[in-house]
Amino acid sequence: MAITKFFNEMTADDGSVRAHYAGYAAWLSETPADRIARKRAEADSLFHRYGITFAVYGEESGTERLIPFDIIPRIIPAQEWKDLEAGLRQRVKALNCFIHDIYHDQEILKAGHIPAEQVLNNAQYRPEMQGVNVPCDIYAAIAGVDVVRAGAGEFYVLEDNLRVPSGVSYMLEDRRMMMRLFPELFARHRVAPVEHYPDMLLHTLRSLAPVGVTDPTVVVLTPGAFNSAYFEHAFLAQQMGVELVEGQDLFVRDDQVFMRTTQGPRRVDVIYRRVDDDFLDPKYFRKDSMLGVPGLLDAYRAGRVTLSNAIGTGVADDKSIYPYVPEMIRFYLGEEPILNNVPTYMCRKPEDLAYTLAHLPELVVKEVHGAGGYGMLVGPASTTEQIETFRKYLIANPEKYIAQPTLALSNCPTFVESGIAPRHLDLRPFVLSGTEVQMVPGGLTRVALREGSLVVNSSQGGGTKDTWVLEA
Amino acid sequence: MLSRTADHLFWMARYMERAENTARILDVTYRLSLLPQNGEEVAAMWSGMLKIMELQDAYLAKYPAYSTESVLEFMIFDRDNPGSIYRCLRATRENAHAVRGTLTSELWETSNETWLKMRDFTVAKLLESGTGAFFEWVKYRSHLSRGVTIGTMLQDEALRFIRLGTFLERADNTARILEVKYLNLLPGADEETAHAADYYQWSALLQSVSAFEVYRKVYRDQITPLRVAELLVLRADMPRSLARSMKEVYSNLTRVSNARSAETERLAGELESHLRFGRIERIFEGGFRKYLEDFRDRIFDLGCRISDDFLIPASS
Repeated sequence: MAITKFFNEMTADDGSVRAHYAGYAAWLSETPADRIARKRAEADSLFHRYGITFAVYGEESGTERLIPFDIIPRIIPAQEWKDLEAGLRQRVKALNCFIHDIYHDQEILKAGHIPAEQVLNNAQYRPEMQGVNVPCDIYAAIAGVDVVRAGAGEFYVLEDNLRVPSGVSYMLEDRRMMMRLFPELFARHRVAPVEHYPDMLLHTLRSLAPVGVTDPTVVVLTPGAFNSAYFEHAFLAQQMGVELVEGQDLFVRDDQVFMRTTQGPRRVDVIYRRVDDDFLDPKYFRKDSMLGVPGLLDAYRAGRVTLSNAIGTGVADDKSIYPYVPEMIRFYLGEEPILNNVPTYMCRKPEDLAYTLAHLPELVVKEVHGAGGYGMLVGPASTTEQIETFRKYLIANPEKYIAQPTLALSNCPTFVESGIAPRHLDLRPFVLSGTEVQMVPGGLTRVALREGSLVVNSSQGGGTKDTWVLEA
Repeated sequence: MLSRTADHLFWMARYMERAENTARILDVTYRLSLLPQNGEEVAAMWSGMLKIMELQDAYLAKYPAYSTESVLEFMIFDRDNPGSIYRCLRATRENAHAVRGTLTSELWETSNETWLKMRDFTVAKLLESGTGAFFEWVKYRSHLSRGVTIGTMLQDEALRFIRLGTFLERADNTARILEVKYLNLLPGADEETAHAADYYQWSALLQSVSAFEVYRKVYRDQITPLRVAELLVLRADMPRSLARSMKEVYSNLTRVSNARSAETERLAGELESHLRFGRIERIFEGGFRKYLEDFRDRIFDLGCRISDDFLIPASS
């Protein structure tokens, strides 16, 4: 095992508590263990009663699970957040420029910064979008960028989620829970608020309404109550005060989208859709989709309805495009990237494949189109057998994989069965782009609860923590 | 409001109300089954109740004979019986889940919590704590859900469809509760005179619809079948009566009125005014049971019409 040193969010290498954790650490040591145990049980029962659950694919249908919530917050000092925020804004700006470019003049391809076939032959590239104009040239109005902190404390972007990133409801509920359980902690710390996120989201969506619509009707489109993120869809619709619709509630007439209401058809202008591209319109994409609306793409291309996020954003958050993001920042913004990219080996290149095959035990190998922590190999945490199985996949379909060095993900003290122990975590801040780019401080912190595990996805048994950005 | 949302709200309320009234019907029938009588009579009582609830065939497909224990198991816990309290509470929660963003968080949590608790009940626990306590629990969860609805929901269309569901279901269910009681009259018995032995039955019926004290207060006199019927059919100040239920159905319906609902509103108004201006003696002349059956047919028709006009409209 190559990795030994992890960055601990709470304590420095010499064992002293970091300054921004001092208040919390003091509180933790003076609070009786039974009170904490009681509060943790209370949190569980509240989450159950609220029905804050997610459905798990592959288990008995309708299975709902709680995402474990840990009461030790992940704390980020003001200055650190400021740098992080600047880097994220820069990155998402460049990504929106990139998507606009490749669906219009493709300057970046012409300039030779990215091989054209990498983009145009990508399954996530949607030729239907070529030449289509979208309001404000914003494609990824809602981006969830996964960030991790490695050995020396430096941040890396792990992936840019530009399709239908989820998790923001847990960020909001975790905060609500912490304030309910431990109001005294908030009296002691200046924690930057996050509660206005739904307002910000609504403002963003409204700012992206089709040209000429002054008082747009916004809806949230969900695949339905059995989707793993249904809680979040319902939550956001409720918090924004807009309708939560399913495909069957909508229809298209004369390139205009309507919803079926008790008072007859009503026009819809902006759709915050939580349905994947493939399922949006059975007329053009998957014919068997029951989740979409026939003719939606016609209305969209005619500029009569806004879809957020736009169709075809997947081409920019694909793992095979990820290595080029720093190049995009230089190309479109003329700036140097603020945030680090993880060095990436693209197995479609023979020399990268050769390197990957030679270093499997120390690398993380991911499917180019995979998500949710499925279909990946974490070399240092795998058995020889698992590694050899993956070797066969790689040799058979090298273009389907990328490899990256295993990052020494930072860790943070977390309540586990044996008491308090360090567990690895990541951070997903949300970046909203409309007429302006907006963020709430922090994001969703996900924590891998299994000892030593580097996979934080909730579908793989990850939990969450409240994320505090301390105001200066 | 989305038609589908209105549909879920309407059925969420209907299933909650149905769970409550099923508890009420079971409660009164169970109490009547405790009167001194032979096994055949008890079996006939349960079979009559199941018939009125239109669940007799489903029951007989599972059980060879009528016994208090198996009927209770069938009506409370049976997962295959769409009329069981278990299924009603599950359907309430499923409908609420589908529109949880439209509900206040208190209302959603109430429905979710009721369901989580119901899942934990077992026949053994029920027998240990007594059926009475369980029926009380169901009623109180329904009271709570109604109270939270009125106490927290904005008075907009969503609330109207919830109320519409509640009262349409209650109109149907109160009629069924009355029918159950009338089954137990001896053949040829005079419907207008109470036998001394009937006192227990009438008071059990009144108690099952929370109307015992109300009856005393309104009539200040002994219990007679005619007055019980009057109270539960025609008195609009009695919250569970047919008259009250229809009054609420009508007023909520007129407030959600749309371009296609005129005939539905007219039919509801017609039924409501029959109750408002009706006389119990005239109703008895034509036969009370026939009246109740006819009433339920009209409620069923109204339900279908509401669905066509608002909830699942044919292609727009």
